[in-house]
Amino acid sequence: MHFDLGVWIGAFLTLGIISFLYKDNPWYKICEAIFVGISAGYWIASLFWQNLVSKLYDNLAPAIVALFHGQIQYNLLYLVAGILGIMMLLRLIPQIGWISRWPLALVVGATAGLQFINYLVSNGVKQIYNTIVPVFGPVSDAGGIPPVATTGEGIGNVIILIGTFTGLVYFFFSKEHKGLFGGAAKVGTWFLMITFGASFGYTVMSRMSLLIGRIDFLVNDWIRGTFG
Amino acid sequence: MGFWNTMLAVDRRWIFLLVFLSLLIPMFLGVTFKLSISPEVQTLYDTLEQLPNGSTVLMTFDYDPPSAPELQPMADAAVKYAFKRDFKLIIMGLWPQGPLQAEISVREAMKDPEIQARNLEYGVDYVNLGFQAGNEFVIQRMGTDFREAFPRDIRGTDYSEVPLLKNTKNFSNVDFVFNFSAGYPGTVEWVQIAVDRFGVKLGAGNTAVQAPLAYPYLGAGQLVGLLGGMRGGAEFERLTGFKAKATTFMLSQTFAHAIVIVFVILGNIAYFVTRKKEQ
Repeated sequence: MHFDLGVWIGAFLTLGIISFLYKDNPWYKICEAIFVGISAGYWIASLFWQNLVSKLYDNLAPAIVALFHGQIQYNLLYLVAGILGIMMLLRLIPQIGWISRWPLALVVGATAGLQFINYLVSNGVKQIYNTIVPVFGPVSDAGGIPPVATTGEGIGNVIILIGTFTGLVYFFFSKEHKGLFGGAAKVGTWFLMITFGASFGYTVMSRMSLLIGRIDFLVNDWIRGTFG
Repeated sequence: MGFWNTMLAVDRRWIFLLVFLSLLIPMFLGVTFKLSISPEVQTLYDTLEQLPNGSTVLMTFDYDPPSAPELQPMADAAVKYAFKRDFKLIIMGLWPQGPLQAEISVREAMKDPEIQARNLEYGVDYVNLGFQAGNEFVIQRMGTDFREAFPRDIRGTDYSEVPLLKNTKNFSNVDFVFNFSAGYPGTVEWVQIAVDRFGVKLGAGNTAVQAPLAYPYLGAGQLVGLLGGMRGGAEFERLTGFKAKATTFMLSQTFAHAIVIVFVILGNIAYFVTRKKEQ
């Protein structure tokens, strides 16, 4: 028999979490509390060392020392980031909490601006470009799509065309979904449902995989590892 | 109460038990079955095959232990494959525990006698740059200079002192990027920045939950290939010849899916039959 304390703790926590499937119980509550506590502690430590120390302190401290020696270094700009960080924390003081809105505004604005470009190019333009392909016939330059040579691929392109068009119709709310327009929206709904179904199928597969991982741990690492 | 009413009222804990058993029992059967290879896995493998031996490959481990059952098998197979092809392997992670998962893959690969015989040397044949905070902005910085994003490797060695990195300034010095991703930051960010801005050739291994989000990138040629969940991992294991956990667990996965499908069908029939009776 080989006893490994870490493996036994892992097994205790795994079984505790799984026990919730039977019903809520104190064992599950203990495991849940341990998980939440450890996660919070881990992330505080991680963010402190990976952000505050390595990003701010390590860059700013030498620049401040150099400033005392009469040198102005580029890294002094990190002072601005430090001040913005402190401003963010001021929301903990209700009287001057409003100051935290300024760094928050900067973060939201900068992120929105950067993400806008990223999503416009990668998820907008490139995807539209990929949708506008000849239904039948050669495709010379369509971002990696091979030339349409078979009937199957042609049918696939027709389905993409119908799905894209009817899907867009469904999300067009300025006109009442009636008649031909309503029919197209209905077809769009079917495409959406199939998409959600595929996503759900993948999600089931994902969750099963995680459970397989835990069962593998219990069977191989815990039981077989301990009792041979 | 008729059969269909009983089906609608069945205690869900029986279903949990059945799913649990369907996952557990196949583990003791020791049976594997031949998987068909999806086009997206095949194209990823073909792209890797076309790389000359000794190519520089960047592997990014953007996941943590909770996603390891899905992603670790494919990562293990990819690292072994890279070592066997003499690829110069640069490892990094945008998730704090990612590079540690990479260490597990490297240790696993080193158990292979053929790889052991190659006497691979850290810093010369492979290097782990570790984790860097900053999400997609790390990728952005790497587009200009890897050193700016990773001044030191995971062991604290200065970037300039790692022999493997001597001639690696940015993405233009990397032949292929292989991303293992469980969410944000991950494949989406690599596509948006590394692929669409810097023209990187990218292949991805995703958790099954995330895979549907990555498929549009595959269709648009922004990804050269995609390994979706454990199934993708099993297919990749088959192609590379490193059959391991993903292949073994596909039987459990299949049994569990069968149980779920059966109950979905039964549930729907029960719903429509009982509704008809009520009307």
